[in-house]
Parts: sequence; structure tokens; C-alpha cells
Amino acid sequence: MFSGPEIAATLAELDFTHVVWIPDSATGPWETALAAAPALRLVRVCREGEAWPLAAGLHLGGQQPLVVLQTTGLFESGDALRNVLLDMRLPLYALIGVRSELVADSRDSARTFAEPILRAWGLDCVWLRAAADRTKFVEHVRRCRQEQKPGAALLAEGPP
Amino acid sequence: MQRKPHSGMPVADAVQVLIDHRASGQIVVTNQGAARLWPKLSRRPLDLHYNPSTMGGAIPLALGLALAQTQREVLVVSGDGALLMSLGALVTVSGSGAANLTVVVLDNGLYEVTGGQKTPATAAVDFAGLAKSAGFPSAYRFRDLAVWREQAAAALSAAGPRFISLEVEPMPPEYLRSPTPPLAEQIVEFRREVGGRVEISSVQSCCRAGS
Repeated sequence: MFSGPEIAATLAELDFTHVVWIPDSATGPWETALAAAPALRLVRVCREGEAWPLAAGLHLGGQQPLVVLQTTGLFESGDALRNVLLDMRLPLYALIGVRSELVADSRDSARTFAEPILRAWGLDCVWLRAAADRTKFVEHVRRCRQEQKPGAALLAEGPP
Repeated sequence: MQRKPHSGMPVADAVQVLIDHRASGQIVVTNQGAARLWPKLSRRPLDLHYNPSTMGGAIPLALGLALAQTQREVLVVSGDGALLMSLGALVTVSGSGAANLTVVVLDNGLYEVTGGQKTPATAAVDFAGLAKSAGFPSAYRFRDLAVWREQAAAALSAAGPRFISLEVEPMPPEYLRSPTPPLAEQIVEFRREVGGRVEISSVQSCCRAGS
């Protein structure tokens, strides 16, 4: 959907300072561009449950992190998300790859539960289904920041 | 190596050594039992006592602070139970290149805040060895208070990121019963001290919203 240079330029435009991530097959190809972007620092974590508190520390330290993970990792990291977004009330933003969303009639449970779980956590989220949705992404990030609330963009992906 | 149950240093004395060596401007993050003990011994605006927390979350949180505040030293004090829930965080820390971070684990072999149940570890875990294998340039293990006191300054100023394992006795009840300062108040104080832009979400937690 987005090339590495496109996403790196978009994140820089949005003043993100750090990308805290575990890649999947759709976001993985962004690695070279993200690592080379002068305004961004790529922070690799071993487990999605680390990503949320790490981003919280960056935010408390005055930086603007983006959490990038896949739905499978979102499910794994639910308690960390709850702690940081709801207990600590930090308005972090995440870009979450939704495996199989672009596969017609997919029964992949990683797809089925993605949006309902984010809604259950009370996160404002937006779907990104095509490259043309870049503007939607930018506007959503800016709106969440303006309203000082956490948010997420769901990146529609193909098969695993 | 088998570990004698509940053996080690008195935990308050071991933590007091960290407090005595704290540098001006240093950020301190604690969780679980340490988040109840430390604020009873010392309170400063750059403290973040992260409890109740996601177990295993304190080290990544401290790493984020270390990456954000590169001009400051960051010290995180975790329990062994919390560290066991996120051992990969040791690799994340070493891979990040954050030299301004010190990770301390208070190792008593117990899930302390839930009443002192044993962790799955039946033998002494060499956490310092794990940290060394994960890439920490400096990793230490102390069992004796006199030795810890004598070598603390050197360990805390070694090449970072540093890892220090302190084998301690269970926490006395008077500390475990001591409440952690409210997180919201700590964050306000912390952000004032750190300076810069730190927004707090306008979204209330589900519990607070009464839903």
C-alpha cells in the first residue's frame, strides 16, 4: 500500500520522532527507509507488550512515538495497552497491520477481532485500505493529537 | 545452583544503597514491590513508581525514557517475577544502544505483592549472566550487603547499559502495605520536572467512566 519512503516521509511530516515496532510481512519492507530517515529513530522490540510501555517512556520524555505492530501482537499486548492508554492516560498512536483484511471471505481470526478489540479498548481508529488513504491517516493522527486522545490506524493487509 | 529460600540482603538496605548513590537529575522507575518500598525511603520529582503496572513493563518504560532523555541517567528497579515475564526486554535494551540506563532486579524468587508465592524458578537464576548474554556490557550480581555497598559506585558507573542483580530477602510487610503514590499525580510532577510537551489523554479509563 505505502512504500517505505512514502511512509517515512509521512511520519516525518507528522513529527513522529520514534517508530517502536515489530514488523510483519506488509510493514517489514519499510525497514530500510525507516532506519534511514533522519528525523526518525527505529526502535526494535522483542515482544509487542514491550512496545506500549516503551512508547509511554518516550512520550513522558517529551518525544512523539508511533507504535507499529500486527493484530496478533495487538492481542498479545492488551494489558500493556490498557495500562498505558487507560491507566496512565497517554495519548499514544499506533499503526496496526490487519492480516487477511484484503482477502475476500477470509476466516482469519486475526482479522475478525481486530477492530472490535480496539473499539472495546475505547480507541478511536481509522481504516487504511489503499494508498489514497494517506490523507485520511494524516488527518486522523492530527485529530487525535488535537483532542489529546489515543488512536490507531488499521492497515488492511493481504494474506499472511 | 540451588538457592536457599528467602536468602539474601535485607531489601530496604539494598535499595538504600541505590538511593545513596543517586545522581542529581537521574530518573528512577520502579514497579511492583519496589514501587512500594522506594517511595517510603525517598521521594523526588523524577521518580516514577509504576504500580499497579503491567508486569514486565517497567524496563521498556525506562528504556523509552532513556532514549527520550539522553542527557539523563535512568535507573529502573524491577522484581525478578516481573523480569521473568519479559526477559526479551534485556535484548531490547542492549539492542537499543541506550548507554544511560541501569537495570536493577531485586531477586527474591517470589511474586511478592500477591503474597509471596514462588516464581517458576526452583534454582537460582543467574540474571546477570542472562543480561551479559543479551549484550549488556556491564552485569553484576550481589548477594552480600557489605560487598554491594563496597562495589555499588563502580557498578553504577560502569559502561552502560548496566545490569545489577541484587539477591534480597522478602520485603517486610510494613513496606508491602505502603501505598504507591497515585500515578496521575506522579506524572504531573514528573512532566513538570522533565519539561517539554507531555500530553495526558482526554479519554477516561473505562472504570472511571463507570461503564
